[in-house]
Amino acid sequence: MKLLIKNGTVVFSDKEKQADILIENGKIVKIAKNINEDCQVINADGKHVIPGLIDIHVHLREPGFEGKEDIESGSKAAVAGGFSQVCCMPNTNPVCDNAIVVSYIKNRSKEVNLCKVHPVGAISQGLKGQSLSDIGKMANVGAIAISDDGRTVMDSNLMRLAMEYASDFNLKCLCHCEDINLVDGGVVNEGYNSTLTGLKGSLRAAEDIIISRDICLAESLNLPVHICHVSTYSGVEIIRSAKARGVKVTAETCPHYFILTDDIITTFDTYTKVNPPVREEKDKQAIIAAIKDGTLDCIVTDHAPHSAKDKEVEYNLAAFGMSGIETSFPLSYTYLVKTGILTLSELCNKMSKAPADIVNLDGGEIKEGGVADLTIVDLNQSYVIDGNKFLSKGKNTPFNGFKVYGKVCQTIVDGEIKYNA
Amino acid sequence: MLNKKDLLGLYDTSAEEIDEILTVAEEMKALLQSPVKQYNQLDGRALVTLFYENSTRTRCSFELAAKYLGANVVNIATASSSVQKGETLIDTGKTLDAMKVNFIAIRHPMAGAPRLLAKTVKASVINGGDGMNEHPTQALLDMLSMRQHFGKIKGLKVAILGDIKHSRVAKSNLFGLKKLGAEVTMYAPATLIPKDIDKMGAKIAKSREEAIDGANVVMGLRIQLERQTGGLFPSLSEYSKFYGVKDEIVQKYAAKNAIIMHPGPVNRGVELTPSLIDGQSSRIEDQVTSGVAVRMAILKLLSEYRENNL
Repeated sequence: MKLLIKNGTVVFSDKEKQADILIENGKIVKIAKNINEDCQVINADGKHVIPGLIDIHVHLREPGFEGKEDIESGSKAAVAGGFSQVCCMPNTNPVCDNAIVVSYIKNRSKEVNLCKVHPVGAISQGLKGQSLSDIGKMANVGAIAISDDGRTVMDSNLMRLAMEYASDFNLKCLCHCEDINLVDGGVVNEGYNSTLTGLKGSLRAAEDIIISRDICLAESLNLPVHICHVSTYSGVEIIRSAKARGVKVTAETCPHYFILTDDIITTFDTYTKVNPPVREEKDKQAIIAAIKDGTLDCIVTDHAPHSAKDKEVEYNLAAFGMSGIETSFPLSYTYLVKTGILTLSELCNKMSKAPADIVNLDGGEIKEGGVADLTIVDLNQSYVIDGNKFLSKGKNTPFNGFKVYGKVCQTIVDGEIKYNA
Repeated sequence: MLNKKDLLGLYDTSAEEIDEILTVAEEMKALLQSPVKQYNQLDGRALVTLFYENSTRTRCSFELAAKYLGANVVNIATASSSVQKGETLIDTGKTLDAMKVNFIAIRHPMAGAPRLLAKTVKASVINGGDGMNEHPTQALLDMLSMRQHFGKIKGLKVAILGDIKHSRVAKSNLFGLKKLGAEVTMYAPATLIPKDIDKMGAKIAKSREEAIDGANVVMGLRIQLERQTGGLFPSLSEYSKFYGVKDEIVQKYAAKNAIIMHPGPVNRGVELTPSLIDGQSSRIEDQVTSGVAVRMAILKLLSEYRENNL
């Protein structure tokens, strides 16, 4: 099985270069000018070939919430967004807190055969924050990390034990940071706009306290920790100073935190409801700066698809989350690269190599001998985001009407074309 | 002319519209003096009051306002509603629309619910209070009582004391009073002041005395017992001691001829002393009359808008 990508601009981790790429048996065998080979050819003239994108924070909802998304629809959406690998969070039903559910997700994703799906196991049984789930057994069948995402393990001692025990299996904790007592039912950022709308606010401190706690644990135990979806300027500072003194902390953020502010909530549009909430201009600016200086290692989507009935209700009752995997690259390209904040190589690193390294995945860069996960994008082609056209079952995007650049043309996973626009 | 289908809040109501509502409400208030209140401006129209929170005063006020103008009224309260059967607000709205009602007055514990309903239905939606968001008819009736007492709103100093954080009344008053040129000063325990409300034009006082200093209107807001159990202040007696409005403070600091207001129901001796509640400067009962008048005015103006535009 051979595939040749001709005439594209190849995006390496440190440079962009015009080259052809020859793929054989799922591997990149040659990167050079003017390769000629009698096989299937993709003409990437005028386009860019980037590493297959990797999202270590998505919700595929299966098993249990197939009305919102399933592994097939989520995988279709992922490859349409340029992603070749995703890590899916364990808040399914049943919860992914045991080897059976991990195996089910792995097997189902192999049947679907689009992108590579890596299950994240739950830290605690039933996501209840009381006792550890079978972390070792889950690791044995392919869990890539552990997380109680959507909830914080409020018991600091349990969190400590989770970090220690998971380290035996070389798994990292991906920490959803939110002091649930301090959140106290808040649904938006606490500030001018929460007062204006009367929607209950949640302080930055609710997020920052748990970011601090988990960094303190990691530092005391000399273990790695990963902070999920950072949304506050103050959280960024906590991570920055921890990194400066050598704590093994990595962190992610999402497009909505570096593009939007909580001005969007004043419409009461439930598509703007997300956890942690979108915050204020100074948070947005701090997150952009932290992406640039490396304090925030990677960009994820926190793809959280919901059905209409989860969102077409009062704001308080609406589900948290945004459907993001089909818009992540074009939004990030438009708002970070076109604006001159990052180079295209830097962005691709934040969306492939860096997340791959955090959870020890193969891939994330284009090199001879490397796995043939590649995405071809047209950076000059612009379009207007319309959630109703998503392949995901979740149409819940706050970015409807946004004009973006960087259309995904093809997504190649293990040398096979899995998406063709 | 009120240039909108719905009245959802004073944040998006202009000074001119507020002025128009108050002017019509003044006419309505005069009509209320008659022993026979049988007017025909809303003959054949239908109002549904859709209350997801307990209320006697506001619901009754809406009902009487509509009936005095000749409309038919149906009351829906949560206990008897299909919400108990799991029906969504949108579906309830569609059902009422299909029954061809003209107006829906909604009270709901969640901010933004009236807006969601208004987007869904053809009927005109009047916000009767939504969570911590707005309570526009209350603020309008407060302003009517103020305007009638002082002859104007512009230049008035209004002190609002009590649970500002959870008060849709405080916010609607702030939006409305600022638009008409009044000054608004607020005072409450730090736990009951919402973030950044000063950026919306409220002055936050550091003491009761400072709040009431020179005030033409002293408005107390209801302290709800559940706030105490939520730990937002230690006890009602402590609240009364440090934050309650006392006669001597009003006498010493408020402007001459200052009036006392409260949206009710009052916790006697907590937000205000009984002597202030029942005293000569109290406008608390007048506020209730203004409430019916303001709701009559809003129904009439929305009805005119419907006839001209829909």
